[in-house]
Amino acid sequence: METTTLIGQLPEVTAVGVAIKAILILAIISAVAGFGTYLERKVLAFMQRRLGPMHVGPYGLLQIAADGIKLFTKEDIVPQHANAVIFKVAPVITAATAFIALSAVPVFPDFRIPEFIPVLGGTFVPSIASDVNVGILFVLGMMAAGLYGPLLAGMAQANKWGIIGAARTAIQFLSYEVITGLSILAPIMLVGSLSLVDFNEAQSGGFTSWFVWQQPVAFILFLIAGFAETNRTPFDLLEHEAEVISGYATEYSGMRWGMFFIGEYANMITISILAAVVFLGGYNDFGFIAGWIMILLKVAFFFFLMLWVRAAWPHVRPDQLMWLCWKVLMPIAVINVVVTGIVIMV
Amino acid sequence: MENFLASLFTFQGFAFYLFSFLTIILFWITVMSNNVLYAMTSLASGMVLISGFFFILGADFLGVVQLIVYVGAVMALYSFAMMFFDATREIKEKNTSGAVVFVLGGLSALMLVLMFAAPIHSESIQALYPMHEGVGNAQDVGIVLFTKYLVPFEVAALMLLVAMIAGIILAGKKMDQSLTEMMDEDAGEDEILTQKDEK
Repeated sequence: METTTLIGQLPEVTAVGVAIKAILILAIISAVAGFGTYLERKVLAFMQRRLGPMHVGPYGLLQIAADGIKLFTKEDIVPQHANAVIFKVAPVITAATAFIALSAVPVFPDFRIPEFIPVLGGTFVPSIASDVNVGILFVLGMMAAGLYGPLLAGMAQANKWGIIGAARTAIQFLSYEVITGLSILAPIMLVGSLSLVDFNEAQSGGFTSWFVWQQPVAFILFLIAGFAETNRTPFDLLEHEAEVISGYATEYSGMRWGMFFIGEYANMITISILAAVVFLGGYNDFGFIAGWIMILLKVAFFFFLMLWVRAAWPHVRPDQLMWLCWKVLMPIAVINVVVTGIVIMV
Repeated sequence: MENFLASLFTFQGFAFYLFSFLTIILFWITVMSNNVLYAMTSLASGMVLISGFFFILGADFLGVVQLIVYVGAVMALYSFAMMFFDATREIKEKNTSGAVVFVLGGLSALMLVLMFAAPIHSESIQALYPMHEGVGNAQDVGIVLFTKYLVPFEVAALMLLVAMIAGIILAGKKMDQSLTEMMDEDAGEDEILTQKDEK
């Protein structure tokens, strides 16, 4: 369809290449999610003057393996009065939608498998698994569909905390979807395209062409809404321990709970990549630093920011969350869109 | 039959038949199930699969809009209403008279026959606003929306505005008072009661 994009000029993308890419995303992001838990505990520990996990392996590095073994071997409990089918499907929805969203964003650079490897040698593996030309909307839509994971989980488990968690899921995700959409609308108007590749090219003019300088308000709004959509502190009301035990995940154990966790971390990475591509110049080269290193650095920065914020801010109350969304962020987002429109017209 | 088999083994044909089969099964569950959770889940996943048809046809933008609007927003609102039920129990349905079921079922069947029969005349169907090569999907939709369909578009916007204001008015009574503070003073309930009496 669209041939003017960067992907169009590159070697032909074959079905095998896309399949390899999908397996790569699944394997690496799942592993990163596991490693992310270790990083999170360490970073939080250092910010709070503790040591964090130290006992399993050097500096607690093998803690990931220990956690993994625990998750896989833990007894799988389905509560007596729960709706067993939906109870089992819900974690899969979270993990699946998170990974489907990742299929439309650029993850890792594109490369060609060396010729000396049998069977697959010479296959071109693209940077974006499926380059739909409405990439941004697709990612946002898929993350919106992700709300069914916590929602159905909470409703299926015959537990009051679960129901409260599910209700909070619905209001929080629905409300903050509006902010995400409106905040990202202003850069979309500037670029005039929904393709992430076009966004990357629009910011290829170096440090000063990053959209964060033209759209600082949209950037901050997007970050705040991103925290809410990925269920991170200070907006993690879905499973706020002090109020609703563990919310939608109260009755879950073992690998089913693990899938919620992997989904959450995959969503964190997706939001980080979106923020990097839309506002911080994407995977363009930066001076002598190659583009793929730059995007890794940016994603790492956003990931660290999420941990930093978790260490720095307390939870908010549900009514404060709604107040922030509808009375503060949404008017600002609308004004930002209108001002951007006027500036483009003039 | 040969045509059917030939189309089944192309990528698009296979995807189409798979999606149609799954969509019909899922919507069948939605209608037939007594369980709120099953009905809700199958309706939502059916909506996701319908967006798949748009992607097969190359209408990426409409597919994504289907995802965001129906799956992300409309269905989530349904599910919010469903929280008033006990989702783990089966619901006893009040079965209305057989005549109504017969008439409605017959009409639906007639509709289905008409829909299936329509492709016989597919050669006489013409796309009035076909996609342009090299122009994005969103642009095409936008151009049609702001030229030919401008008036319906604006009317729809006005209706949404009216609905929004009505919603705010319905929900917004006593919005300036805090329920928590009322509870603290233990006067809130009395106040509401006295207001009811006045009415």
